[in-house]
Amino acid sequence: MTVINVLALDDLQILLENLQEDGYALIAPQLQDGVIIYDQVEGLEALPRGVNDIQTPGGYQTHKTKEPSLFHYVVGPHSWKKFLHLPKLQLWQAKKFSDEICIASSEPASFKAAFIGVRAGEVKAIALQDKVLINSGVVDEAYKIRRDKAFILAVDCARAGGSCFCVSMQSGPSVEGNYDLALTEILTPNHIFLVRSNSEVGEKILKKTPHRPATAEEIRIGQEIVARTAANMGRAMPDTNIANLLSQNLQHPHWDAIASRCLSCANCTMVCPTCFCTTVEDVSDLKMEEFSRERRWDSCFNLDFSYLHGGAARSSVAARYRQWMTHKLSSWVDQFGSSGCVGCGRCITWCPVGIDLTQETQAIYDDQLG
Amino acid sequence: MSRASQPPRLAVWKFASCDGCQLSLLDCEDQILTLATAIEIAYFPEARRASVHGHYDISLVEGSVTTQHDAERIQEIRGRSRFLITIGACATSGGIQALRNFADVKEYAALVYAHPEYISTLDVSTPISDHVKVDFELRGCPINKGQLIDVLSALLIGRRPITPAQSVCVECKLKGNICILVSQAVPCMGPVTHAGCGALCPSYLRGCYGCFGPKETPNASALSNRLEEIGMNNEAIRRLYSTFNVNATPFREEKERHGT
Ligand code: SF4
Ligand code: SF4
Ligand code: SF4
Ligand code: SF4
Repeated sequence: MTVINVLALDDLQILLENLQEDGYALIAPQLQDGVIIYDQVEGLEALPRGVNDIQTPGGYQTHKTKEPSLFHYVVGPHSWKKFLHLPKLQLWQAKKFSDEICIASSEPASFKAAFIGVRAGEVKAIALQDKVLINSGVVDEAYKIRRDKAFILAVDCARAGGSCFCVSMQSGPSVEGNYDLALTEILTPNHIFLVRSNSEVGEKILKKTPHRPATAEEIRIGQEIVARTAANMGRAMPDTNIANLLSQNLQHPHWDAIASRCLSCANCTMVCPTCFCTTVEDVSDLKMEEFSRERRWDSCFNLDFSYLHGGAARSSVAARYRQWMTHKLSSWVDQFGSSGCVGCGRCITWCPVGIDLTQETQAIYDDQLG
Repeated sequence: MSRASQPPRLAVWKFASCDGCQLSLLDCEDQILTLATAIEIAYFPEARRASVHGHYDISLVEGSVTTQHDAERIQEIRGRSRFLITIGACATSGGIQALRNFADVKEYAALVYAHPEYISTLDVSTPISDHVKVDFELRGCPINKGQLIDVLSALLIGRRPITPAQSVCVECKLKGNICILVSQAVPCMGPVTHAGCGALCPSYLRGCYGCFGPKETPNASALSNRLEEIGMNNEAIRRLYSTFNVNATPFREEKERHGT
């Protein structure tokens, strides 16, 4: 039985201060040019208040509400992978002296951060990246060093966004799995946060923070909020074995139909919290004295991604879209034992032409049913 | 690259252009002295008087071909160059002056010059690659000086230059920019435009206007459909594609699809 406690708004501020005292940098949602992004903050007052978002395929807007809510928007274009699996990373550098070359590995900068307001699907996405980057044989040290130190202060979603379908992917809206503390924000009758702890570090931080046990009524209100979110998902995946559906339809004409709309711009993969692909580039200077190897996020939508001797294996956009979607929803299961999609909807909202993988899956499913 | 410890000889050639790309080279302040020791800048009228005749290891060519004289000159330059690299939208696609390709040049000349009879020009502005074999094309209007230094550094050591042909969106996302097309319905050509500028315009909340030309496998008609949805009409879309890279095939075709 999970113990549920209550934090008042001021207590939440104290909790963040306690995290800072323990050496954590606070990373939290911010409103920048009308969009929720994740960035470093100094305290609770920097979090957006009374902000909701409207998300549609290829469209995103925020607006102010009269409520004092801290977490009523859902996820934006950033994800926590930006802080764990860095967009750009130097792997090593070398310098040439008159008669020798010295190679030095670029020490992964350690970074102790507390992520504030991590959503259920994001907790799951971090777990999926842990699986790929730490627990599948080869350890990505740069990821691990940041991941090991990260503190996850999660929050149950009190609203579902227009592109959300975490219920279909069994990854929300209630936070489960690998987190330190999880909140449920309640606005009425009082603005409070239910809090549950899921780790020793979480427990320790909570102990230092004023809190009280939740009443049965408060727990009921909290459950109702999450149940309402679950019942209001913006979209859904067809209720079938999607992995099999897609792997049995690799030659379906629908891939070409999608390709006629797809820009192969790679936005979907860049915003996806589970996409992990990178490429490396070798840099040298004009004097030919300093060299380095740089890693950056790559995407299966880029032509060069599948470049082999003589050309790209996936030259058509249909092949690239199919690679992306079948990897996410089908071959990921063979590779890592679960779907690679957590239903956060980012790829739908941030696709400039609004391609929606739930609809594309549905189209193949409907055709299958005949 | 260099012949028996001699630094490679570089020439910079100008065709029909604004000089902006050559200036990018001069603008490499902290690198220009290093460049001058790594490479012998043998011919660069923009930077030094003395010119060396003969053969060049690297020729940087700026500008498009717009006159018969230039059409002949590029042949001679090709013959004297080991590596010929074109720099900028003019040289790689024909430049803004390729708007003439869709108009009557005589009419244009009569409008602009007091004595158009002295003007000797071709009907079309064409990229260097329409005339000679080009070893490498560096995009941009103007080119990105960091990319230029990288291309030269890569050539010196024999590695691949870092000039990915993917969309500007990738650079935009690597920087953590918000997408203005999605969040503000600002027309942005980033999804069909070749990376290289570091998503300069979207970083200032301005739509990309495609100055690096088409990316690999661009889907301009899909983007246009979206731009129509956010309120652009045929003429506005035609104008969007009628700039520095109007003569690059995917942009030209998209322009023509939206009327003349
Ligand atoms: S595939 Fe789309 S919905 Fe699924 S996790 Fe990635 S961004 Fe979210
Ligand atoms: S699905 Fe959308 S975001 Fe992804 S590559 Fe295609 S157009 Fe870009
Ligand atoms: S702002 Fe433009 S370049 Fe940036 S992601 Fe959006 S469409 Fe692409
Ligand atoms: S964003 Fe587009 S228009 Fe602006 S500099 Fe880059 S390529 Fe040119």
